Amino acid sequence: MEKVYHIAQHCAIKNQAVYKNGICIYEDEESETIKDFAKGVYKNLELKYPKFYKMDELCKLSFLASEVLLKNNEIEIDEETALVLANKASSLDTDRKHQKSITDKENYFPSPAVFVYTLPNIALGEISIKNKLKSENAFFISESFDADFILKYAKMLIDSEKATQVICGWADLDTDKYDVFLMQLTSENGKKLTTQEITNIYNNDYGRVSRRA
Amino acid sequence: MKPVYLVSDTILSPLGFSSEENIKKVRDNVSGIQLIDDKKLHKEPFYGAKIEASLLEKESENKKLTSYSKLEQMMILSIQQLLDATTSLNINEVGIVISTTKGNIDSLEIELHSEKAYLSNLSNTIKTHFGLKNLPVIISNACISGGLAVAVAKRMIQSEMYKDVLVIGGDLLSEFTLSGFFSFQAVSNAPCKPFSKFRTGVSLGEAVAALWLSDRDEINKTKIQITGEASANDANHISGPSRTGEGLYISITKALKEAKITSESIDYISAHGTATPFNDEMEAIAFNRASLQKVPMNSLKGYYGHTLGASALIETIVARHSLLNNELFASKGFDELGVSQEVNVLTENKKTTLHRILNTASGFGGCNVALILEKVNS
Repeated sequence: MEKVYHIAQHCAIKNQAVYKNGICIYEDEESETIKDFAKGVYKNLELKYPKFYKMDELCKLSFLASEVLLKNNEIEIDEETALVLANKASSLDTDRKHQKSITDKENYFPSPAVFVYTLPNIALGEISIKNKLKSENAFFISESFDADFILKYAKMLIDSEKATQVICGWADLDTDKYDVFLMQLTSENGKKLTTQEITNIYNNDYGRVSRRA
Repeated sequence: MKPVYLVSDTILSPLGFSSEENIKKVRDNVSGIQLIDDKKLHKEPFYGAKIEASLLEKESENKKLTSYSKLEQMMILSIQQLLDATTSLNINEVGIVISTTKGNIDSLEIELHSEKAYLSNLSNTIKTHFGLKNLPVIISNACISGGLAVAVAKRMIQSEMYKDVLVIGGDLLSEFTLSGFFSFQAVSNAPCKPFSKFRTGVSLGEAVAALWLSDRDEINKTKIQITGEASANDANHISGPSRTGEGLYISITKALKEAKITSESIDYISAHGTATPFNDEMEAIAFNRASLQKVPMNSLKGYYGHTLGASALIETIVARHSLLNNELFASKGFDELGVSQEVNVLTENKKTTLHRILNTASGFGGCNVALILEKVNS
């Protein structure tokens, strides 16, 4: 029998604002860098997690989205909650920093603290550590958010009992552009979701909608 | 769950440009790791496993692939080899999973915002070259990418997305990765020595491998199935392995459960064995927790170096050939045991009847994967 899935929560970080379930919970038009914007979100959430400051920007944004997603959530996650993320630019933002540190042989300073972030799945590791998720992790790369594939894969994990639920979505950062969308997929409640519905939620221009409201 | 078979494979590495050549070299205990003196890769000579440029150039000229990047050439050649060897594979109906950690990362040296550096550029290139309907899926999950890609391919077949999936895994020996591992002081000053008392770190390598998985059982006489697989995060540290081997232990336990077997049924372990002090120690702990310490085990890193996105895929392929030929290979570079708990490292090649193999990998980000291969004679 085919199980029915629904999104318990979703969270988006884009255009200098943070949205939970479609409602803008934080915005900051002042910050000029992603680093400052992320710090503002961190403070707004009243987090006490020093590891945050060591993370690269992709990890910071993914981590913050997971914190917003899981704050006061109705359906608790457990050790078997899988993490499945995807993006376009992999870890290129940090890759370029590492490349700059090795290009000039007169000024050669590769750093392990930077190099460790030259893999996109480190974001999965950071979220796993914070939430003690000893679960299935996978990081996929695609041109754009492929809701169909991510949903199919997440459902496979639940159907085959490799996960109880799945936190999945898109976390992309490329130079000064970013786009993060995470959802908590469960099989507990009843609303059947189509790929189209998820794509619509992802594409929804929260910025304009919620600021007007 | 429907059975998923490993049908055929190829490896393009410093040990040769086919699975047969690779297996022969491993059987002869020949390593691809050499002292490399190339200022473009590193300021000082280092030990690594690099593909002879002239061999690849010749092959690429023959196949008219010279307009592609080195990694693209190798990936296209590997797929072409699989297609040339069979008539029952329609490239347009298969799913393709590409496993890579850094793709064309060497293109950043020339242009910091190079289009080629985007991993999705690889899938587009493969799609265009073979005229595919669907874009290949890319998985980039650190050092477990190749093993996780095999698990993902199996899941895609079992959930009926495809009947056949090709997994292509590859990474280059690049200045980018070398400089990073050197900054971690994790590069060995001799060819790497997995599980040895004298191990000091990794040797990096480069390779591309391709594996065809299918649910069609009519294709091979001796059938190798993937009967169990699982992945788990340590939830402990992003760059250091868990002190308790937690994620690896969970992966192994879950993979055994899916395969409906216990640890006593495992005949051989193809371990990750990078030869860093912490990694090998962590694996020894996890294998003991899973009661696998007596099982013959090796690491292929002494032959290939650490080939990142290709490594676990190469290990799966060599394991498939071990099952087919009933033979195990010495763990190159091993001498005296250098982990705190018992493990049974293979010191010489061995002919022995094999039924079930465990293949594991662990990587940055705290990720781990375990795969179980089983031989079914018909």
